[in-house]
Amino acid sequence: MNGFFDIPSDLQHSWLGLIGLHLREALLPVLAGLVAALPIAQLCVRFRWLYPPVLGVTTVLYAIPSLAFFVVLIDYTGQSELTVMIPLAVYSLVVLVPAIVDGVRSVPQETLAAATAMGIGPVRRYLQVQLPIAAPAILAGLRVATVSSISLVSVGALIGNQGALGNLLADAMFYHRPVLAVNSVVTTAVLAILVDALLVLVRVLLTPWMPRGTGRRRKAAARPEPSALALKDAPR
Amino acid sequence: MNVLNFVNAFFSDSAHWHGYDGIPQRLLEHIQYSLTALAIAAAIGLPVGLLTGHTGRGGNVLAFVATAARALPSFGLLVLMFVLLGLGLLPVMIPLVVLAVPPILVTTYEAVRSVDPSPVDAARGMGMSEPRILFQVEVPVALPLILSGLRSAAIQIVSTATIAAYVSLGGLGRYIVDGLYQRDYEKVVGGATLVAVLALATLTVFWAVSRTAVSPGVRRSA
Repeated sequence: MNGFFDIPSDLQHSWLGLIGLHLREALLPVLAGLVAALPIAQLCVRFRWLYPPVLGVTTVLYAIPSLAFFVVLIDYTGQSELTVMIPLAVYSLVVLVPAIVDGVRSVPQETLAAATAMGIGPVRRYLQVQLPIAAPAILAGLRVATVSSISLVSVGALIGNQGALGNLLADAMFYHRPVLAVNSVVTTAVLAILVDALLVLVRVLLTPWMPRGTGRRRKAAARPEPSALALKDAPR
Repeated sequence: MNVLNFVNAFFSDSAHWHGYDGIPQRLLEHIQYSLTALAIAAAIGLPVGLLTGHTGRGGNVLAFVATAARALPSFGLLVLMFVLLGLGLLPVMIPLVVLAVPPILVTTYEAVRSVDPSPVDAARGMGMSEPRILFQVEVPVALPLILSGLRSAAIQIVSTATIAAYVSLGGLGRYIVDGLYQRDYEKVVGGATLVAVLALATLTVFWAVSRTAVSPGVRRSA
């Protein structure tokens, strides 16, 4: 009865159901963050003076602990999934804006000039030249945002059982069944690694021109550590 | 503004400034947890990062370890350790260190790796020993990036140390967790403000350190 996959009935879900819930609560915010980050980053690229203040604001937002964020939001959105998803979307935004800005800025001036000379307009140039070249940097940011989002959903367990797989942790304490906590941690970690691997695959598919396998040295030079990248330049 | 009212009420209540549950006491606990975790994480991450960065070997293993460590949920790890080990500082330190090691490790590795090879070759040509090359040529040049890795680790530790309160330890998270269960939003918002301020203070400390520790020549080129 006390097996690894036996989920207490108060969670109203099977193990697979919890995984589905977890993925929804983790991935929708990242998507929302990406949708919001693209125009913000584009504005920051366009108007250089805008970038430092935006970076300052996002750094302050990033410094707010997720638990505090959740709890303060209860006042407005109740103990719902939305309360968990809003902070995660904000964190994703904070990670993605610098990643996209750095990615788009790293497009060589000659490439842009060539595109303009070929008669490509600004919108098409952004969609067909800048975004694809920035894709590796954007996906590096997406990987960080996704993995941290998947791991942070668990904290939602504290606010009225909205933590999906994290709810197992509360139950592990209530019923004193450590195996539930092991299940929660292992499942969440494996989920994060699988989604991360999926994003790597997406990058490989999206950037067929990038050297594979042998390009280790170039990769190291082209891609700074994304989590450092997210907070780079912050205190200036 | 609702939130601002809460902040004002929390900080103007003199009951929050004294005793066992007072702001100074909780702040001290929070700083103590954070500094201990950062020190342990740096003691693990810096030497390994410097060594792998200098030799240029083990980068793939390192990236794999860092990704795996990042995938572990801190909150889950905290509760698991608490259930397994009971109340104490160790169940809090393990998740915080696991959280902080990857940014320090990977950034240090990348920082040393990406140092311009020509001064390193020049130093080697002058007959400098490998440790001297590492500490007198590579580290000074890589310092801004190394510090940024330590900084992002420190910020994450400070904001994650709040969850220690869930397993009945102290720190600023105490206000947030207690406030949540008591439906006392004044406390929650007050605690959140304190943590955010502490995180910003951490940023300021790192800014000051990088102003004093980074060589002016490196700073200008960066």
